[in-house]
Amino acid sequence: MNKTDVLIIGAGPTGLFCAHQLGIIGLSCEIVDNLDKAGGQCIELYPDKPIYDIPAVPECTGEELTNNLLKQIKPFNVKFHLNERVEELKKNQNRWHVKTSGGEEFDVAAIVIAGGVGSFEPRKFPVKECEKFEGISLFYSIKDKSIFKDKTISIFGGGDSALDWAIELSNTSKVNLIHRRDGFSGAESSVQKVKDLNDQGKLNLFTKYQMDSVSGDKQIETIKIKHDEGEIKEIKSDYVLGFFGLIMQLGPILDWGLNIDKKTVQVNTENFETNVQGIFAIGDICSYPGKLKLILSGFHEGALAARGCFKYAKPDEKLRFEFTTTSKAAQERLGIKK
Amino acid sequence: MAKITYHTHDNKTHTINVQNGLTVMEGAIQNDIPGIDADCGGGMACATCHVYVKEDWLDKLPNKEDGEEDMLDMAFEPKNNSRLSCQLIVSDELDGLEVNIPSKQG
Repeated sequence: MNKTDVLIIGAGPTGLFCAHQLGIIGLSCEIVDNLDKAGGQCIELYPDKPIYDIPAVPECTGEELTNNLLKQIKPFNVKFHLNERVEELKKNQNRWHVKTSGGEEFDVAAIVIAGGVGSFEPRKFPVKECEKFEGISLFYSIKDKSIFKDKTISIFGGGDSALDWAIELSNTSKVNLIHRRDGFSGAESSVQKVKDLNDQGKLNLFTKYQMDSVSGDKQIETIKIKHDEGEIKEIKSDYVLGFFGLIMQLGPILDWGLNIDKKTVQVNTENFETNVQGIFAIGDICSYPGKLKLILSGFHEGALAARGCFKYAKPDEKLRFEFTTTSKAAQERLGIKK
Repeated sequence: MAKITYHTHDNKTHTINVQNGLTVMEGAIQNDIPGIDADCGGGMACATCHVYVKEDWLDKLPNKEDGEEDMLDMAFEPKNNSRLSCQLIVSDELDGLEVNIPSKQG
């Protein structure tokens, strides 16, 4: 059981800065995120795209912003629990008992949901029969590539994941790469490599085709792909891989008794607490009149939510407003030596 | 102002007057038309405002910018007449536009 003052759900910029604000006022926290790294949408959707509206930072990429925030919270030694999704919250007297998908448990005084638009999940094939084979011979990510050796693999998608895996697996497997159009969103060098491999007969490239159906008994045996113009091709396939990026799903948050409207959680603007005492929501996931989905708004919301958490974490103490420029306590927490 | 018609997956039709300058996505969100999620808020960073544009409108719409087609790769069941509705800015020229909203976005 992990015992801490506050559990932050979501390691995007808003969650990270909230951890900083908690640290400054002397509260401990731990962060859970479904992705394998911190940064949230900044890292997953636009790591290289410049952001121009972070106050006092004229230009920075999603990755730079994330790295700077991680540096800023370093003094607080915040513990991260990545690849974990929060599944269950239970009130236990004045505290919360939290369980994650990986079986981690937390005992906390308050919870801050900084979950963006939900947790990232792989986008799946629209074809219904695919579900039957999911995890057996159809995958959206690769954990053990050795199973593909000497097999026929059909890979769908046009981004870097699809291209990189097609190139790598073509060394040891028979690979079909299927994409809905001629253009690719992956790196130009990978696109060229795939085309070369196709010309050399080391990989079969099918463009303007999409999945039509899969068939097989327990394992996939063949798939049908359909051209834009309607032509259908049947190809033998032992495995199917889909790389269509990630979508965001609210998931278990829907079951926590929160007031939810259009995939967002309603909060008050005094301390960003939800309708459930001790649960706060900040960043893209919260809604209130005038809400702007900007990172800078998330920072403000996190600062207020952190202070809102104080009374749950230290009910017998009074929180005094202080500046980091002059507060000895804050500077000690930041590890500043004078 | 332009009249935009949204056909939702439950076979309902919603015709709305949308102000010039708003996007087709915003027209749907502001009028509670179901089926457009717009998770990223219109930043072309997701594909959850995906719509199918009525065929005879395809050529009349502004061309796709870099990135829109890349995002459409991630859409649920993309077709030749797929667009991201956040990239369609309403003007008088779009008066009468009809779009179909897919059965789901994810």
